[in-house]
Amino acid sequence: MKRDLAVRRLDEPGRPVVVRLDGRDLELCDGGNLAAELLAAGIEPFRRTPVSGAPRNPFCMMGACFDCLVEIDGVTRQACMTEVAAGMTISRPGAVSETKND
Amino acid sequence: MIEADLVVIGAGPAGMSAARQAVEAGLSVVLLDEQKRAGGQIYRNVAHVSPARADILGPDVTRGGQLVAAIQHPRITHIAGASVWQIEGGTRVAYCVNGVAAVASGKRLLIATGAIERPMPVPGWTLPGVMNAGAAQILVKQSGMVLENAVLAGCGPLLYLVAAQMCRAGSPPLALVETQSTADLLSALRHWPGALRGWRHLVKGLGLLAEIRKAGVKRYSGASAIAVDGADHAEAIRFTVRGRQHCLSCETVLLHHGVVPNTQTARSIGVPHEWQARQRAFVPTRDEWGRSPQNGVFIAGDGAGIGGALAAELAGAISALQIAGDLDALTPAQRDAAARPLRRALRGELALRPFLDRAYPPYQGALSPADETVVCRCEEVTAGEIRKFAKLGCLGPNQAKAFGRQGMGPCQGRYCGLTVTELLAAENGQSPDVTGYYRIRPPIKPVTLGELASMPATGWQPNGKQENDREN
Repeated sequence: MKRDLAVRRLDEPGRPVVVRLDGRDLELCDGGNLAAELLAAGIEPFRRTPVSGAPRNPFCMMGACFDCLVEIDGVTRQACMTEVAAGMTISRPGAVSETKND
Repeated sequence: MIEADLVVIGAGPAGMSAARQAVEAGLSVVLLDEQKRAGGQIYRNVAHVSPARADILGPDVTRGGQLVAAIQHPRITHIAGASVWQIEGGTRVAYCVNGVAAVASGKRLLIATGAIERPMPVPGWTLPGVMNAGAAQILVKQSGMVLENAVLAGCGPLLYLVAAQMCRAGSPPLALVETQSTADLLSALRHWPGALRGWRHLVKGLGLLAEIRKAGVKRYSGASAIAVDGADHAEAIRFTVRGRQHCLSCETVLLHHGVVPNTQTARSIGVPHEWQARQRAFVPTRDEWGRSPQNGVFIAGDGAGIGGALAAELAGAISALQIAGDLDALTPAQRDAAARPLRRALRGELALRPFLDRAYPPYQGALSPADETVVCRCEEVTAGEIRKFAKLGCLGPNQAKAFGRQGMGPCQGRYCGLTVTELLAAENGQSPDVTGYYRIRPPIKPVTLGELASMPATGWQPNGKQENDREN
């Protein structure tokens, strides 16, 4: 499933660094907000729910809703409360088989 | 363990202004904040926005910048990226920063945790592509990103502000689907004298509406039966206006119908809360200085009742004056003299609220959602299930939790608590006060065993019997 991005950058993007997402390399802006950078890269969904398998993406962007939970270097974290760092290993709980921009 | 006269949780307008007022009285302050940079949500990232972004965000940025500059003080220790997970003994605060747990201990504690957006459960609100309107604003402030092909749905001043900012950014929303009606506006008019005292905000609001009109954004008002359609992503929003059904294709739906106090931290230490009917939310019990019934604990800003950023700033300073008085840094006469002009300004700031609260009431369809609507996003529990638990005899949210797990997922009830209280109250014919709210227990933010183990020995016992246990 390929979708036109609904996110437009107002400023020049920052310096790109390589992270691992679900076992593949992905370039994101160094020090950027991880949830925002994944949205801008068209990654969807961030996870699937353990209850029904429903897809989820960021909802509040302020650390309150926990919908943007991803696994970072083995620990489940809120993507919207995390900064992008080179080499971080990210996996999407329950959503591994689907990468939106494939 | 770091010690100070005052520990403040939250570096938004209330927390920053309290910290500054406290050091001016001679106190030392530890300012804990979850974000990497001070500002709170309203002034998020304010000291680092590019000029282009500042033009989009508008003049509020200047005020926020001044507050952030004011906390650069040798007696203010601002600990950024600090996620508070427990408070014990009233004023000892356990937090994690960069994966390491630590404790900050104060003679007094000020909780300034601000607001969250009122949950707006409508069918489809859990789909990717549906976000809070505030989230769109955070994307602009923090990351310089604007969402395109968006429809804004709900009501209130923030909805207009976000829409106007999107217009300025060159990506106007496709439409505004507003839930308030002409009748709401008419009933708000009896608060017109107060509204006139808040004329500066009214003028700003009219300016936003003019920008939205100029950008040619279609506005619908009195919308009901709002639902988001889509399989794996938002594809369209459906709603009804005066009996006529509408359906708009879009990629993003931004929901907003007001903000409510974020009471999680105060509740976790047993501060009592009461229902405020006008704002349809719970507010913590506190005196005119923001002092809660819990020993040494103060609460200021939107977390104590919605008043907006400028009111929060004033309330934070007022609390700091009393805290300085408590600690003998100010005499009662000095404290009162300094508080007098702040209180006068606060009354002026709050004058517009009764008008706004009635002109833009919460969307009824989200206060009492249709049975099939998910209300607890984490555990995916529907409104119909909550009503069923009431029929089985559940009088309050804590009893109902055991039946459906709502409120027990990772967000700990932040985005279903008020809805569940309202549903149970309506179904049982009881007031929200009698119905009550979830009992919030630490950890109020996730903490790993590794982070706990990293904690230096301080005599602090995470499993120790706590003062507030009697409340539970």
